[in-house]
Amino acid sequence: MRHGPRGRLVGFAYLAPALLFVLAFTAYPLAQMAWMSLHNWSLLSPPRFVGLANYERAFSDTQFWVSFRFTLLYAALITPVLIIGGYLLALLTARNTVLRRVTRTVVFIPVVIGLGVSSLLWYWLFSTDFGLVNRALLDLGVIDKPVLWLGVDATVSSVAISASVVWKVIGFGMILFVAAIQAVPTDVVEAALVDGVSHWQRVTRVILPLTLRTVLLVTLVSVIGSLLAFDQFYIMTAGQPRNETATSVFYIYLNSFPYLKLGYGAALSMILAVTILVFTVIQLLLTRRSHQ
Amino acid sequence: MKGRGKYLVAAACLVVCTVMLMPLAMSILASVKPTEEAAASPPTYFPHGLSFDSYARLWSYQEGLPVYLANSLGTALLAIVLALLLTVPAAYALARFPIPGKEVIFVVLLLALIIPYQALLTPMFLMFAKIGLTNSLVGLAILHTAIQLPFSLYVLRNSFSAIPRELEEAAIMDGSSSWEALRWVFIPSAVPAIVTTALFAFITSWNEFLGALVMMSRSSTFTLPLILATSRTETSLGGTDWGMLQAGVTISIIPCVLVYFLLQRYYVSGLMSGAIK
Repeated sequence: MRHGPRGRLVGFAYLAPALLFVLAFTAYPLAQMAWMSLHNWSLLSPPRFVGLANYERAFSDTQFWVSFRFTLLYAALITPVLIIGGYLLALLTARNTVLRRVTRTVVFIPVVIGLGVSSLLWYWLFSTDFGLVNRALLDLGVIDKPVLWLGVDATVSSVAISASVVWKVIGFGMILFVAAIQAVPTDVVEAALVDGVSHWQRVTRVILPLTLRTVLLVTLVSVIGSLLAFDQFYIMTAGQPRNETATSVFYIYLNSFPYLKLGYGAALSMILAVTILVFTVIQLLLTRRSHQ
Repeated sequence: MKGRGKYLVAAACLVVCTVMLMPLAMSILASVKPTEEAAASPPTYFPHGLSFDSYARLWSYQEGLPVYLANSLGTALLAIVLALLLTVPAAYALARFPIPGKEVIFVVLLLALIIPYQALLTPMFLMFAKIGLTNSLVGLAILHTAIQLPFSLYVLRNSFSAIPRELEEAAIMDGSSSWEALRWVFIPSAVPAIVTTALFAFITSWNEFLGALVMMSRSSTFTLPLILATSRTETSLGGTDWGMLQAGVTISIIPCVLVYFLLQRYYVSGLMSGAIK
């Protein structure tokens, strides 16, 4: 019954709604974006074909490069912390004792809450006069006057925002690392024990090499996530000072929506999509290989 | 592990748990401070009195909390229903039917994995503006479904593929149609996967911020994160209402944490299958 022309037709009928949906709400916008990027397109006037002018403009747009460089720096700042921190947490909690399980569960809680909401939480914690971070640092004598964490200095803002995002997402890497570490065959670890290696050598010589693929995978997920950062910067600094903390997605948002330069926004989106695509393809190749 | 090491691990676990829980605890505590204390500078660590004034102010903030809660919940439920209606049959087709070009179709369906939705918002906004889907919960739910669809499809297809063929063959022998096989064999056998995908659709939609920011401009259509983000700069008292903001943060966090605790097993395994595609 499931075979022959009728089976094919029935199968296709089951598939059609999802396929139509993706064509309408993902594929069509993608094509539209490519088309828009070749036009001077705003909601206010009819679109005008301009060829590659939007792309040329992007390459000579200082603010675009500032935001692109800032996004890369943010990714470079946060990724090592997430990987090393997440791995150390995984080493700490990989064995299944009650306390370790509880710790894993706790570390994972912030992963399930929204990035926008966690940014609002940290926006308060890092507030100069009303936030608990300054209060605690003052009480501990680490600082002698309140620090202006957000929106005044780009570097200080990045550090504060990175701290909040590390808190929010570190459990994600940890959980994947725990799974990878638990999958290391026990006889391999025991053989190392018989050879009399220390605990730390066991980690660096046995566990780490055997879980390297997961490390790479989490690195890519983190890099892609950081390159798409928006919520935390929109909420915590609003791009200040002088749009120095506006990420790539933020800059696209500014051009497309408040400024309604939709054609230019589309060209910037294309550049972003291609950048992300490179990392995604590496990620997919990596995960496909790990299945074989 | 011997003596000292055991205590070190225990101490490290306790420190980690404290650090991770502290911000959440502080937010909850700030939300129950009396109005004056919540606006104090420097802030207090622990509330000196217990008060739900911040929640009361949030309740009647602008259109009122019930409107924003209804918008967030409504969008999330629509997104769950839409995602299931689309992906359950599609996953069934991909798992069991001989469709020509199936591999290509599967890749097209997973397109949103390769193209981040953040990059697609400009054309989607234009399209939604044309067909009247901006400032609409249905529009936002469609966007959230588009984000979530590849994950759901992937998880469901794997789950359907793992169902033994003998089960459905028995159903076919009894003269069931393919629809009946789906209804009585496949769906009941894939409940964990269906729960997982519904759960993730809920969390994605409930938490999503940028899409809502782009699509919703009328404050009566705002979702919870959106109105809270707006409230951080717009207040009647001349400064941010920190108590109300943290009340909003607390309310936003509750459903996510509840879902996580109730369905932790599904959650973590779902995450694994999502990350390791």
